[in-house]
Amino acid sequence: MKSTLTNMWLVLGGITLIAGGALSYMFELTKAPIEAAKQEKLKQAIAMVTPAFDQMKTISVAPADGQGDSLTFYQVSSKGQVVGTAVKTWTDKGFSGRFWVIVGFDTSGKVINSNVVEHKETPGLGDKTDIAKSDWNTQFKGKDLSQFQLKVKKDGGQVDAITAATISSRAYCDALQRAYDAYMLNQKNTTKP
Amino acid sequence: MNQITNFTKGFLKENPVFVLLLGTCPALATTTSAWNGLGMGLATTFVLVMSNAVISLVKDIIPDNVRIPSYIVIIASFVTIVDLLMAAYLPALHSQLGIFIPLIVVNCIVLGRAEAFASRNNILSSAIDGLGMGLGFAIGLGIMGGIREILGSGAIFGLKLHLFGQVDGMLAFVLAPGAFLVFGYLVAMLNIINKKI
Repeated sequence: MKSTLTNMWLVLGGITLIAGGALSYMFELTKAPIEAAKQEKLKQAIAMVTPAFDQMKTISVAPADGQGDSLTFYQVSSKGQVVGTAVKTWTDKGFSGRFWVIVGFDTSGKVINSNVVEHKETPGLGDKTDIAKSDWNTQFKGKDLSQFQLKVKKDGGQVDAITAATISSRAYCDALQRAYDAYMLNQKNTTKP
Repeated sequence: MNQITNFTKGFLKENPVFVLLLGTCPALATTTSAWNGLGMGLATTFVLVMSNAVISLVKDIIPDNVRIPSYIVIIASFVTIVDLLMAAYLPALHSQLGIFIPLIVVNCIVLGRAEAFASRNNILSSAIDGLGMGLGFAIGLGIMGGIREILGSGAIFGLKLHLFGQVDGMLAFVLAPGAFLVFGYLVAMLNIINKKI
């Protein structure tokens, strides 16, 4: 078809208008399921690193060194008693992009469990930090981070790094350290129910 | 050209990844496992069928000068729909494929079929062409992902095969070099098959 200013304007305008309408309809349609899927994922992640609980309080806490984005504390309690805190923490020391980790501390500051929330590490190497791929991160279970040297053995610490994924292992430790420092600094206000 | 050849040409004779060599970027990047490859391929198939059908429907009212922008808007809309649907109902696969779902917009196969086929044929032929091309792409990516998963992680569709004893597999195959190796051999294989038939 021959192009004139009017028909170009009309056709392109019409197409974008219809596309915009269709997309906003789809957005509204999928908004609730997407939100539900996200909540479900977060709930599972929190349940994995904390004891059984019936109530949860969400607090946003700045990192102990004041650098970078704040961490999210999910303080869980059972029958009015605080039983632990899940901390969603991050690190930028991963192999590619920001690396999100969740770690649960009991009231004395010991690690209950930890796992990856979101990562862009190499499939087959760095993704072994995830419990779904290998049991690497079980070595942090029950560790008191004031005594446990949270560094890979190559750097003089006590953590077994994943073969061929030292950077991802270091990043995981860095994320845990950030969570622990913030948790200890805020423990006074977070142990209150 | 009849509808059957419209459908089947995407599998061997004009397979988009291994013969036309289009869409190589997602083919290399997302095929770390059979599920990922297949998921990516099926998402692309949906976009191809829908955009081919719609473009062939509106081809006669689109002025020549705004042809490409119009096609891109249509394609991008379907890609966004797939992206939203996958985020809502297949969150695990969606987070695996990540950025490559939105990038279907710039996948050469989609615009290539719109230009080369949908803008010249009727709606039924175009939809069938999109389906054949899309499934050819999906199967190609599934096979490539399967080979890389078997060699690289010793598994298929997430099931451990325990092929290599204690070791999971040859790690190079889940990384970029393995993608190129597998891709090269598959292209060569399909060339041989196409010469024979």
